Amino acid sequence: MSINLSNSQVNIRDSRLGSITSYHGDAQTLIDQSKDRALHFRNRSYSQCSDCSQGCAETLVYHIRGAAVVTHAPIGCNAGVSGQNYTARAVSVARGQEIHNVHMISTNIQEKDTVYGGLEKLRETIQEAYDRFSPSAIFVTSSCASGIVGDDIESVTCEMENELGIPVIPVFCEGFKSRVWTTGFDAAYHSILRKLVKPPQKKQKDLVNIFNFQGGDTFSSLLKKMNLRSNYLVPLATVEQLAEMSEAAVSVHMCETLGTYISAALEEQYGVPEVKAPAPFGVEWTDKWIRAIAKETGREKLAEKVIAQEHERIAPQLQEIREKLKGKKVYVFAGDSFAHSLANLAIDVGLELVGITTLHHDQKVDNTNSEELITLDNLIKSRGNITEFSVCNKQPYEVIKILKRLRPDVMIVRHQGLTVLSAKLGIPAINEGDANASVGYDGVIKFGNRVYDALRTIKFEKNIAAHVKFPYSKWWLEEEPDPFYFEKEEEK
Amino acid sequence: MSTIIEQPRYSCALSALQTVLAIPRALPIVHAGPGCASKAFGAVAGAAGYQGEGFGGGAAVTCTNTGEEDVVFGGENKLRKTIEGALKVLDGDLFVVVSGCTSDIVGDDSIHVAEEYRKKGYPIVGTETAGFKGNNYYGHEIVERAIIEEFVGDVEPQVRKGLVNVFSVVPYQDPFWRGDLQEIKGLLKGIGLEVNILYGYESKGVSEWKDIPNAQFNLVLSPWMGVDIGELLKKKYETPYLHYQVLPVGAQETSQFLRTVGEFAGLPKEQVETVITKEEDVFYQYLISITDFIADLRNNLPHEFYTVADSAYALGTSKFLVEELGFIPRGVYIIDDAQGKNAKLIEKAVDGLGKEFQGLVRIEADGGHIEKDIRSKINSGKKSLLLGSTWEKNLAAETASEHLFLSIPINDGVVVNRTYLGYKGGLRLLEDIYDGIFKNGNIARTTLTTLG
Repeated sequence: MSINLSNSQVNIRDSRLGSITSYHGDAQTLIDQSKDRALHFRNRSYSQCSDCSQGCAETLVYHIRGAAVVTHAPIGCNAGVSGQNYTARAVSVARGQEIHNVHMISTNIQEKDTVYGGLEKLRETIQEAYDRFSPSAIFVTSSCASGIVGDDIESVTCEMENELGIPVIPVFCEGFKSRVWTTGFDAAYHSILRKLVKPPQKKQKDLVNIFNFQGGDTFSSLLKKMNLRSNYLVPLATVEQLAEMSEAAVSVHMCETLGTYISAALEEQYGVPEVKAPAPFGVEWTDKWIRAIAKETGREKLAEKVIAQEHERIAPQLQEIREKLKGKKVYVFAGDSFAHSLANLAIDVGLELVGITTLHHDQKVDNTNSEELITLDNLIKSRGNITEFSVCNKQPYEVIKILKRLRPDVMIVRHQGLTVLSAKLGIPAINEGDANASVGYDGVIKFGNRVYDALRTIKFEKNIAAHVKFPYSKWWLEEEPDPFYFEKEEEK
Repeated sequence: MSTIIEQPRYSCALSALQTVLAIPRALPIVHAGPGCASKAFGAVAGAAGYQGEGFGGGAAVTCTNTGEEDVVFGGENKLRKTIEGALKVLDGDLFVVVSGCTSDIVGDDSIHVAEEYRKKGYPIVGTETAGFKGNNYYGHEIVERAIIEEFVGDVEPQVRKGLVNVFSVVPYQDPFWRGDLQEIKGLLKGIGLEVNILYGYESKGVSEWKDIPNAQFNLVLSPWMGVDIGELLKKKYETPYLHYQVLPVGAQETSQFLRTVGEFAGLPKEQVETVITKEEDVFYQYLISITDFIADLRNNLPHEFYTVADSAYALGTSKFLVEELGFIPRGVYIIDDAQGKNAKLIEKAVDGLGKEFQGLVRIEADGGHIEKDIRSKINSGKKSLLLGSTWEKNLAAETASEHLFLSIPINDGVVVNRTYLGYKGGLRLLEDIYDGIFKNGNIARTTLTTLG
């Protein structure tokens, strides 16, 4: 594993995990080739917009209670902070917690700062963040502009840390550096591991680290039955909670792709095991997940009791939803790992999986003991090979051709802005925006009901499809058969 | 100004890709890092009350997704390939290259690369819109200028009497731009003009832009935005322009606006007055019909207000609230960060507002300062109205004030065809304000004790 906390910058996923953003074929071949890291990154000669590391890093550090964030960037990089703030407030309420407000100030880099350097302004902005918010830590995120002009952010953060007496933590997340936006999560975790996580004072044997986004509180009811406590990380956690994550009994995921770096680091550095089971999406995977946690925390007997009780409890509802959804075809567009979990879940509620597109693919995971952590392998083992499998970093121009050919009845999506594609084709989509929503046994039922509701309100999508115009040429939509045309061209 | 910014209310120059998308069947090609286009979409369109991708925006925007190799070796070839792909995959009438920080710092010549394809006959223009060069007001003008200079180009105007081009609010940055432009077009058509509205659903798209040189005159309807374009068109096609600074909200300003435009256009006076008489008659009947409510519930209604918006929207609505509804301004915060002569133009517009506004108008891009200033004033025990963004909504909730959306970011509201412009817009504004008091709890003539 290549976790080196003495470096201020994280080793990007492209080189660390051999991440790729293009593939089409079947899932088994992808897994087989990934074992030897045989897949190489391929550019598209035509591409639609992706996302960047900085955006992913901010999604974590914005939401740390007690911390402020200084973004050393032109204003456009962080102009969306209000949306993040609104989410933080909404999720605080959903979790029954005190409202969290994002405390962000942008240095608002100007042209002259790119010529003469922006470090003085950065220093002033850090001071201003300290004065305005009285934070217990300040994160400083970089940007393409600050990165290319070579502003030495680390030197300023060191100086200001000494001056202010609180951690001032650089997060290197320039968008152009990695082709995979999830590198931004790793950059944030890396900075948290370097500067905030403390060696354990004691072991908290009932504490479970949950690496997740700012989703709802769905893990707790399940963990409570196992007499375990949830430690939701990183969004909406306090600086103190972050410091103590080394004391937990085990780390679990809402999405393995999200948490791979930090959970591997915690296992390696502090002996907090990363759970060796698929994430709890679908009945069988939830069983496995509970058993794996039980094994790490000495609760095997209790686990079997909980599993039996839960199966019995949800059996009638599960039967009902499976009947309702029987024969309906589903396409999954999300992930990496989260897509595998959603696919498993979709099959569990009785849907027929016709294909998956994941937004990138990691050829390996960070943990050297990767047993049960290769999520696509878990999916194939549980559900068989998936013949229609592709990887692309959003690219709706490719996905529209796949959807037009496969004509699913419903699409499952994680990212905002991608559901609209299927809606325009007359196919309802479910946005798993609260990525915690479908966790556990209750999550299976709720997910099934959401799909059923979407199928019942299809008149909207049909109405849209009847009137929509796409920006694509006749050649692209009707004549060229290959969705991956521009990937092939690059290989020549 | 290069102030640091908390609680931003605008984005960077690259977000002018949304200006391109506001022209029917025009499509941007973004030469920038991988997150820029989707961030711009989120911050300017998503946060404008969930305005969607429309025809070709959002995730469908073409982008070179600049990587490390493009920063090291230059990204012009990648841009060329991307343009070639876009010309094959997409079906648009006009393509505008907008560039980001990465390409502009490493020195890619996006303008020149676009020109290569324009010379081959493709409808494409290039711009340099790096985020560090300015905000999206700045970017908006860059895009307009490039389309006029490079796409409309040097042509001999065939002037049609009665044809006007409108340069007004910045699409998406003004969350009500679609409704606003529809209303402006309707008002101008009403007095007998032919209108190139240029953006939105009532625009014919690229053909309107090609028609720009043929206008009898240009209308710059904004405190400062568009004046430079007016000047450009005056030089380029000898088209005169009318600069009307205040967005018309309600009867007084709208009638004044129509008279001024009518006079500038040389329209027969009776023609304009007939329209005004009819519109005012309807407007005042509606206004009188709400008088019972206002008179009965006077003490339950907000009567002091704070406005946080760009100069166009802040001044237009504030003037209406004061002049026609008797509101008292407590603070007007202008967020568009205009510099130099443009800031002077805003000052001129503010001077024209009247003595009620003296000392209350502040040009401020740092939302942290705006929040602090409002907090310092608002504890007066009076019923306040906060007109602004989602940032102000949070503050309104905390201070038990009423809130109404007037500017982005709007993360907890939906905007479709709302407009506060014109006669109808003024009525809509008062309807939204007074309707809003019931959303904060049970209000009745008999509940005065609930007031602070």
